[in-house]
Amino acid sequence: MISLANPTRFLSLVDTVVPWLSGLVVILLGTGLYLSFFVAPPDYQQGETVRIMFIHVPAAWLAMFGYTVIALAALGTLIWRHPLADVAAKTAAPIGATFAFIALVTGSLWGKPMWGTYWVWDARLTSMLVLFLLYLGLIALWQAIEEPGRAGRAAAILALVGAINIPIIKFSVDWWNTLHQPASVFRAGGPTIDPALLTPLFVMAAGFTALFVLLHLIAMRAEILRRRVRALQQTQVARAALAEA
Amino acid sequence: MFDLGPHASFIIAAYGVTVLAVGALVFATVEDDRKQRRTLAELERQGIRRRSAAKPAPPPIKPAVKSTVKKKAPAKRKPAKPRARKAASARKTSSARKTPSARKTPS
Repeated sequence: MISLANPTRFLSLVDTVVPWLSGLVVILLGTGLYLSFFVAPPDYQQGETVRIMFIHVPAAWLAMFGYTVIALAALGTLIWRHPLADVAAKTAAPIGATFAFIALVTGSLWGKPMWGTYWVWDARLTSMLVLFLLYLGLIALWQAIEEPGRAGRAAAILALVGAINIPIIKFSVDWWNTLHQPASVFRAGGPTIDPALLTPLFVMAAGFTALFVLLHLIAMRAEILRRRVRALQQTQVARAALAEA
Repeated sequence: MFDLGPHASFIIAAYGVTVLAVGALVFATVEDDRKQRRTLAELERQGIRRRSAAKPAPPPIKPAVKSTVKKKAPAKRKPAKPRARKAASARKTSSARKTPSARKTPS
């Protein structure tokens, strides 16, 4: 594990893993979509709209997972100052933001036929919106500061402060009276969803998770290469200045 | 095509937004990776490398003419003494060092 903290070794691992992981993503998402549309029955109350759940719930889980990755990586940046931790945090932000966006939009599209409204300022929806805005803030911070080390440390502090939002999202449906339904998969008494709907949900969640990991690995490789390019361009400029002098 | 019920437009819109968002994310990520690889390859082609980057190994130099000098056969080694004998000889030398004449102190 420690040897993977070396960027060069990490890059060779990514080169090996990416083709296999791409295949796994295609298989899982293909199977998940087949189960979602051709095997899963309509819900007795929600009818066909329950099919939105197969993308809405995994997207919401991965939006929170992405921020957890960023918060853990932020610890790595601030405590050990490891460059890979900063790379991991920076590259997880756009992916997590995309999943948060999908969760918000699909939730809104599911809410209109079920609740009669696209949006309500209840605790779950609002805290999810805050998560999306936190992602945007982090991306903006990384873009605003040119030097990667400084940007990484500033973003790490913001990420750790914002991490308080993750348990708020998770427990908002228990702490406050919300229009959003309470937890129905990961709860003390076991899932309340029928296995006919739960199986496609888990397969889609596995596919989304594999997609998240795949995109994160590719984005991390691109970020490591970007930093190398930046360093080489600085060397080039320095050499040119020396030659002129 | 299967029937998605009276709320089909909401379901199609939800899946459509997801496909667009994930597609854009995949495209942006892969394209950025390719761009960085191309830029790095271009810099390396110009001879700008990292200090830690391994230099390519020079090709092996082949001798133009075959050497006519005969190689010396490796010298034969003396057969090693058995351990017991070695230990005995070592004890002998150590006892020789401890002889009274050798340990005489100046009077």
